[in-house]
Amino acid sequence: MELAVISGKGGTGKTTIALALAELAGNVVKADCDVDAPNLHLFYRGKDLVTQSFSGEKIAVVNKENCTACNKCGDVCQFYAIQNGEVNPFKCEGCGACVLVCPQKVISLRDEKTADVYVTETDKGIISRARMEIGSEGSGKLVTKLRDNAKKFAQENTLIIIDGSPGIGCSVIASVTGSDGVLIVTEPTQSGLEDLKRAAELCRHFGVLTLVCINKYDINEEISEKIEGYCIKNNVNLVGRIPYDDMVVKAINNLQPIIYFENSKANQAIRQMWHKICLYLNSFGK
Amino acid sequence: MNIAILSGKGGTGKTTVSTNLSLVTGSNYIDCDVEEPNGFIFLKPSQIASREVKMDYPLVDTNLCALCGACAKVCQFNALVRTKKKITLFEKLCHGCRACGLMCNHGALTFGKRVVGRIEEGTLWDIVCKRGILNVGELMAVPVIKELLTNLPEGVNLLDCSPGTSCNVVCSLQYADSAVLVTEPSLFGLHDLKMAVQLVRCFNLPLSVIINKYNREDDRIERYCQQENIRVLGVIPYDREVVRVYSSGKMVVQLPEYRERFEKIAKNLREVFPWN
Repeated sequence: MELAVISGKGGTGKTTIALALAELAGNVVKADCDVDAPNLHLFYRGKDLVTQSFSGEKIAVVNKENCTACNKCGDVCQFYAIQNGEVNPFKCEGCGACVLVCPQKVISLRDEKTADVYVTETDKGIISRARMEIGSEGSGKLVTKLRDNAKKFAQENTLIIIDGSPGIGCSVIASVTGSDGVLIVTEPTQSGLEDLKRAAELCRHFGVLTLVCINKYDINEEISEKIEGYCIKNNVNLVGRIPYDDMVVKAINNLQPIIYFENSKANQAIRQMWHKICLYLNSFGK
Repeated sequence: MNIAILSGKGGTGKTTVSTNLSLVTGSNYIDCDVEEPNGFIFLKPSQIASREVKMDYPLVDTNLCALCGACAKVCQFNALVRTKKKITLFEKLCHGCRACGLMCNHGALTFGKRVVGRIEEGTLWDIVCKRGILNVGELMAVPVIKELLTNLPEGVNLLDCSPGTSCNVVCSLQYADSAVLVTEPSLFGLHDLKMAVQLVRCFNLPLSVIINKYNREDDRIERYCQQENIRVLGVIPYDREVVRVYSSGKMVVQLPEYRERFEKIAKNLREVFPWN
């Protein structure tokens, strides 16, 4: 069973909440699918059970020796990524059109390493994670790989918590599709509201159970009300309202999950929310 | 001159910095975070013109198709699949590379266009405000970003980028002359800033940093910047008042203290990346 935590807008508190829920759930497998900015592993020390290199993209390579610089490759490339046999690796999408038209047959496609993939065993369970090569493509494929790895290490009844990335593009879609539920973490700002709408629409598009949590709900209660109104109108389940709490940043900077701060207001609200989430997930049938 | 505003971590204040700096300096504002474009909420430009962004995709003429499957075999993105009765297209996986068309020996493939997003352009006084919007459910933002950044207006453009360090940001950086990294003093902020610095350095662009949500106690960003010899253009302190203004979709330079902050940052920015 998989629960994906996403947000639309960045910095609303996905990782803080994913981490808190994972700790509350106890026996879970965590998948850090925010591959552009992975932060979940910072909280844990452990042993890597699996270390693999991952290729999520291909790139054209030219054997210069026999290249006549005829530029047939450049004429056919839709991405302006090759000119007279010179490849711009940042623009090349690895489609191989140039390979097909080269009269000298000097172009080939090569698998590009885009990440190192790890399965790490910690005293709090398994984390499936990756270290992406800076500037690489194919983060959607990488997310799918991380979910597969998480599933391999999860038993049938084990909950997998996916810490997703901001946005609504390929890596988010790869986190959401086929999961059993999505928790959208939003914040009561105009931007938060607009991005929630797009993220919720995405979930509807893929037909996934959608839960919403308003983080820092009291920084602007007027917009929190708007978000609640949106949830009711669109049949999205609001499961939590978490107050702003200075302790959250302290917890992050001390690398401690917020649920171990007994006096924290946010902690208490997250615990209540967890009960509600369990009800939804259980009703889905483990 | 195009200045990319990026961050690594999401929610550090890219849009706040880009919109307010654009107002203070009179630079154009270009929202490249096409998955979640929020800049217009704050700048509220008027006279908005909108146009569609389209991508090529293959159309199979079933009368001509011999079901040889050469097109599906050559597609690197698994967008075409041969089944017993027909060639099926998964259009959202298609990059529009036309490799399939090169392989078809039966003249069965032609190309159509489909809409994946749109570009909007308006003005606020003499500032051009432009943004790309990716349609919900589309996988690839890069075609929209490319379209947005081709034919940018004259003068200084601030490119408000996506979070992260992968293809969307890479695409935006190809159009940039310099970069400003917006970060926050948390451990997450520092971790992701380092990734963003590495990325910008791959492009050999001059870079500087702005620290948002600043407090005096956590100085990890300043220490890192000193070590790496990166100029800090300025800091933006965190308080409930600024959160109230931002959360309501208003510009923080409305607050005199923040206006001063941004003017100072603008002055430093002009020193670092000289423009007329």
